[in-house]
Amino acid sequence: MKQLLIFVQKEFKHVFRDKKTLLLLFGLPIAQIVLFGFALTNEIKDANLLIIDHSKDETTLQITEKFRASSSFSLRESVMNTSEMEDAFKRGSIKLALIFPSQFEQDLIHEGRAPIQLIADATDPNTATMLINYASSIIRDYQQSIATKPPELSIQIQHRNIYNPELKGTTNFVPGVMALVLLLICVLMTSVSIVKEKEMGTMEILLVSPFNPILVILAKAIPYLALSIVNLIVILLLSTFLLDTPVNGNVFLLVGVSIVLIMAALSLGLLISNSTNSQQMAMLISLMGMLLPTMMFTGFLFPLENMPMALQVFANMVPSKWYYIIVKDIMIKGLGCSAVWKETLILLGMILLLLALSIRKFKIRLS
Amino acid sequence: MTDTVIQTEKLTKIFGSFTAVDAITFDVKKGEIFGFLGANGAGKTTAMRMLCGLSVPSGGEATVAGFSVKNQAEQIKHSIGYMSQKFSLYEDLTVYENIRFFAGIYGIERKTIRARSSEMLQRLGLGDQRNTLVGSLPLGWKQKLAFSVAIFHSPRIVFLDEPTGGVDPVTRRQFWDLIYEASDNGITVFVTTHYMDEAEYCNRISMMVDGAIKALDTPANLKSQFQANDMDEVFYRLARRAKRKSY
Repeated sequence: MKQLLIFVQKEFKHVFRDKKTLLLLFGLPIAQIVLFGFALTNEIKDANLLIIDHSKDETTLQITEKFRASSSFSLRESVMNTSEMEDAFKRGSIKLALIFPSQFEQDLIHEGRAPIQLIADATDPNTATMLINYASSIIRDYQQSIATKPPELSIQIQHRNIYNPELKGTTNFVPGVMALVLLLICVLMTSVSIVKEKEMGTMEILLVSPFNPILVILAKAIPYLALSIVNLIVILLLSTFLLDTPVNGNVFLLVGVSIVLIMAALSLGLLISNSTNSQQMAMLISLMGMLLPTMMFTGFLFPLENMPMALQVFANMVPSKWYYIIVKDIMIKGLGCSAVWKETLILLGMILLLLALSIRKFKIRLS
Repeated sequence: MTDTVIQTEKLTKIFGSFTAVDAITFDVKKGEIFGFLGANGAGKTTAMRMLCGLSVPSGGEATVAGFSVKNQAEQIKHSIGYMSQKFSLYEDLTVYENIRFFAGIYGIERKTIRARSSEMLQRLGLGDQRNTLVGSLPLGWKQKLAFSVAIFHSPRIVFLDEPTGGVDPVTRRQFWDLIYEASDNGITVFVTTHYMDEAEYCNRISMMVDGAIKALDTPANLKSQFQANDMDEVFYRLARRAKRKSY
């Protein structure tokens, strides 16, 4: 036990003396949260909108005012001809154009109908669709406000976005970043630090000593476990106070489940370190074998439901997929144990499998 | 009176169809400096690993410090020190932290470590370097430090696997002074080396060719037996007979 303590102390010294890596370990989650929170968002804010008003009457001015008031759009100065509009699209200075035909108000009053044209830059199809939807709903709202009498037959849609009424992107990526950061630190750092001992030749000295080889692994895992928990807390604090996405469920349950993921990651790191003898190789396997699948198959960047069946099946093998589901349930939906036990069991199963594999590979007698 | 601290009897290691170590038999006495020589691939390292309890023999028997390598590997580990051919201290830890760590995993008390290490550093002329990072020491000093760390827990036997690779002749000479000192203190030294001048420093030498021990005697006797002027010649005469390719 005392020996283990000495070993853990030594591991902490390694970690704290490597200032660059340390900076990376703590800088990474903060950078990711800030990036995803403020820069890489798929919400639309201040999309450049051009309004061409051939009518310039009371109604079109009121609608223009509505657009001006919306935070989704930012109005460009209006031009009067379509060739200038085309230039603006080509330059990329506008994303959406709205065109009122002449005599818009008169048509609306006398004929009961008046067309509005919306032209969107669909080089990014998702953005275009969203902009059209936003614009349509602003116009619809206006239409309802001026309607003199309700239409005789009408279906009223009442929609409500539960768990995330403001449709914030943060609810999606905070769990994703948590999964990513925990996996990155635990898998990469553990495997590299074990392989480093092999590369340096110190592993041999340790194996010749009476120190139990299993404890070597344990001592290696403890500092990264501690670092990961600190990172987890940093992410949750940032998420609560900076991004306004607090933990709705039980924080302790969330931390507990995160420790399960950390253990899965540590066993994966262990397996990698047992399969290779060079630090570069360990890093490469960790990055290719873990980081990419985590980014792609966790579900926070690309929805899994839209993937081909084979990839969906593959995604089931990625630990962070299950963790992502659990974190969303606890953090966003505020659910408890009864909702997440199944996914947690799957993670535990993965830990057992990975540990069994690594112990089989772990050559205590280096032969 | 002489104790035998290492005794092997037809010790053999087979990997698949390849016999790495072929029934070697020898004794090493207490305080002796025993040179274990052979070309690359002759089976030195494999034999040494078996003696350190890192590898299970395929046949034969060996005892180290009175314990069997077959089923008492744990007891052996407490009685031996080991220094590998790779320089093996932690470069990002200070001199004292390295001593503290390696002594600590052998279960030595902190108080003992403190007293013994300052005495040891004085002797090595590293008294001022206690808190220097090992990475910034010159290679020769690192090597001497690594040896002192390997015998810090007063093992009965210390195994040195090509300890002086890449070190200049002066430092090598100084390193051997340390080895003699350890031997005078009753520590048996089991050393593999490539340098034939170093072989002359040993009390007795075994020459391994193709996994078997082809010669075992004092350097002087070997030279007269092979009618050679120096150990280089002895080595070439033996190694020339090797059938196995070195790798």
